[in-house]
This record gives sequence, structure tokens and C-alpha cells, in this order.
Amino acid sequence: MLSVGIDLVEIAAVTESVAVHAERYLERVYTPRELDECRTPDGAVDARRLAARFAAKEAAFKALGGGDDAIPWQSIGVHSDRSGSPSLDLTGAAAALATARGIDELAVSLTHEGPYAAAVVVARRGRRNGR
Amino acid sequence: MDADRAAVIRGVIGEFGRLSVDVDTITDSTDLFGAGMTSHASVNVMLALEDAFDLEFPDRMLIRSVFESIDAIAAAIAELSGEHGG
Repeated sequence: MLSVGIDLVEIAAVTESVAVHAERYLERVYTPRELDECRTPDGAVDARRLAARFAAKEAAFKALGGGDDAIPWQSIGVHSDRSGSPSLDLTGAAAALATARGIDELAVSLTHEGPYAAAVVVARRGRRNGR
Repeated sequence: MDADRAAVIRGVIGEFGRLSVDVDTITDSTDLFGAGMTSHASVNVMLALEDAFDLEFPDRMLIRSVFESIDAIAAAIAELSGEHGG
């Protein structure tokens, strides 16, 4: 059985969050690896990449059927392999939720164009269904 | 509910909630997500509330229902401030 989640984020909203809340925003929402992958050569953060990752976290939350579960943003990591292909790395509460739901495979796709970034996540529930 | 606290919360939502309606037109029980607050905006609301009330929302409170209305936020802040029965 498949479930899907989608989310759209305005890139300017991320730019504003970085400007207003700076490191508190970055460290509360993104994993250290995400921040490394979203920095430009001059050390600044790329709001387009961050926005796409935030969209992926929300899309994953929806695909997992999170509802009102407490899932810290950092427990859904959105990382890129050497070719640049993104994947999800669940830890802590997000990993526990996926296990409880019987979800054994996740796929993610990111995009950004103009003022927006978006992500879609597909989750597959295995034969050993969770709650 | 503490009127001053509600006013501070309303101010934070007005500044960071990115509602699709004027914050002065909503009630303390209005569904903020229904009024246009995105999940990303809720992060900024949370961080601004932490600044305004000098507290930190623990992981267990990072749930939609805590930030769904001014009343709900006020209840969470009361709990974090060690108040009971409010």
C-alpha cells in the first residue's frame, strides 16, 4: 500500500526566517548534514535548497500519516548522494512513527522554480502493517 | 486566560504567522492553520514565542494542536511556565 505527501514552501519565507532567527532557526529545523549540503562556497545558506528540504520534511510527515504526532523537524533528514539525488533519513520520533505505521520504503523528489520550492514523498507500507 | 499573554501571542502571530486574514479579525479560538498559517510560518511563530516568553518548546510540544489557536498556544505557555488549572 502506498501513501503520498506533498508540500510547497515560499523561498522568501525561508530567507526571512534566516534573516530574523538566524542560527536558532537553522539548528532547530535542519540537520548538520543538511546545512552542510545547503551552504554555498562562501559559507552562506542557499534558501532555495533549504526551502525544498523543509517542503520534503512536511511532505514526509504527511506521507507518514503524522497527524498530531510530535515529530521534530530534525528527525526527518533530507540528504543528497554524490549524484545529487535526494533521499530521506529518518531518526528518532520519525523513524519510530514509520515503524509503527509499517512503512518500509520512502522516496522523495524535490524541485524549486521562481519563488517556490516543493517536494513529494511516497511511502510504501509493507506486508507487516503497523497501526 | 491572561489578557496580556494573549495580546503578546496575537502580536507574534500578526508578525510571523503570515495569516491570509488580519490578525485582529480572528478570535482566540480561531484555527490558525485554517486562517492561512503554513507549517513553515508556525516555526517562526514558535521561535518568536520563545523569545517573547523566554522559554523553549520541548520536542513533545512540536505538534500541530499546540499551535492551532491563540488559546492552545496560551495553554502550552502556561504549562511551560509551571502554571496549573489555568
